[in-house]
Amino acid sequence: MPYPSDFKYTKEHEWIKADGKIATIGITNYAQGSLGDIVFVELPKPGSELTAGKAFGSVESVKAVSDLYAPASGTVTEVNGELNTAPEKINQDAHSAWLMKITLKDPGELNSLLSAADYEKFVADEGAK
Amino acid sequence: MPAVEATTPTIRKTALNAVHRQMAAKMVEFNGWEMPVEYPSVGGIMVEHNAVRNGVGIFDVSHMGDIRLAGPEGLRAVQHISMNDASRLAVGQAQYSALLYPQGTFVDDVIVHRLGDDDYLLVINAGTREKDFDWVQGNTRQFDCRVEDLSDRFTQIAIQGPKGVNLLQKLTGANLSAVKFYWLTRGTVCGLNDILIARTGYTGEDGFEIYVPSDEATSSRVWNEILEAGREFGVVPCGLGSRNTLRLESSLSLYGHEISDTINVWEAGLDRFCKMEKPDFIGHAALARAKAEGLKTTLVGLEMVERGIARDQYKVLDDRGREVGYVTSGSPAPFLKKNIALAYVPPQFATAGSRVKVEIRGQGVAAQVVPTPFYRRPKKA
Repeated sequence: MPYPSDFKYTKEHEWIKADGKIATIGITNYAQGSLGDIVFVELPKPGSELTAGKAFGSVESVKAVSDLYAPASGTVTEVNGELNTAPEKINQDAHSAWLMKITLKDPGELNSLLSAADYEKFVADEGAK
Repeated sequence: MPAVEATTPTIRKTALNAVHRQMAAKMVEFNGWEMPVEYPSVGGIMVEHNAVRNGVGIFDVSHMGDIRLAGPEGLRAVQHISMNDASRLAVGQAQYSALLYPQGTFVDDVIVHRLGDDDYLLVINAGTREKDFDWVQGNTRQFDCRVEDLSDRFTQIAIQGPKGVNLLQKLTGANLSAVKFYWLTRGTVCGLNDILIARTGYTGEDGFEIYVPSDEATSSRVWNEILEAGREFGVVPCGLGSRNTLRLESSLSLYGHEISDTINVWEAGLDRFCKMEKPDFIGHAALARAKAEGLKTTLVGLEMVERGIARDQYKVLDDRGREVGYVTSGSPAPFLKKNIALAYVPPQFATAGSRVKVEIRGQGVAAQVVPTPFYRRPKKA
């Protein structure tokens, strides 16, 4: 699966897509593949403040709990309620199964994140380990 | 300040390691062994789990250990170290048991197979191979009995699920319908003579475990023939991930979790496998004392009531948020579609229906005590 070029990526395997000051956040196809079947997603409530790099929730597979780290700072405006009952949507299409939307505190933070090409290379190196 | 790096102990591999890798299994380290945790190419843990419940799945369990006790005092030796009563075993019969320390706590759990008149095979856990062998050898010196470690001789393959018997019957001359659950036989399997076939398992389903020679060529040939023969039944290879979810749904103990060297037989709820009427076995006196003193903690089944997954070592809280116990094993249950756990709690919380909380990332999440096993396989019509 190609990594959308209009997304930015983190080394913790999250993606973020900015549309002006609003950004949508999810986890990458690589992340869902390594987790296996996702059975549970824990997300913050709308109104919560996120700080770039800090843990904000978790994704669980049958075997493991994986923390989610904020790709950027901002305020949560919307959370994907579908994932409460159908977390497997993330496995089915990680790049459309968004987790939440935030209002960005500083859109400039995205400049230090990985491009699709950089992320692909990063993932290829991870796989080779 | 970087820590001084210890020498990494060599990780052990079963004879089927290359086969698992060829199938692109996700490999993990388990108790010093490199094992498949799941096979993404067949769909992963949930698919594997439900294949065993509904059809058939196969497991490489060669990491388990095998100790043979044979000789004129073989039975006396087994009786001394094992808490169940092996004198009830006919030749060709097996029973679940445990080896205990003098304090009545667990060295390991074990399946005792009576192979012959004075010939017993103990199948033990992977992580306790060396400890168990030393324990058995050290505690049976007084008996006229040979103790042999056969662990590396066998590739052990478990064929589990309602269609397991149909699958294996295609590959063996032995009449499997004559082998009752927890009995064993020997027969030709995949053209190999005199193979031990036991109707045992760790999944809560009907099924078999076969013990074939552990050379790579034989092992991979047998594994592939089983997969081929099982195609019509939808057979899938299964890893340790589904092995764990299957045994948890069936409330089977795992060493280091529900049973350990600090937990006694009564606490673990394994009374029915412990025959105190046997005049003596290691742990007997301590267990008699413990029985008289009464339980301070007991193993219960939990089902999550609020959203959340209880996992190993999470704390159990009372409704005031005070810590009262801990989870030994917890996970989503793929067949039951619930989040379940086994946990140690004080006896006053042990009644079915009792409400407790499980601490999940700092929050108390509601759960309730339920009867175990969580899952029991349907009785054949």
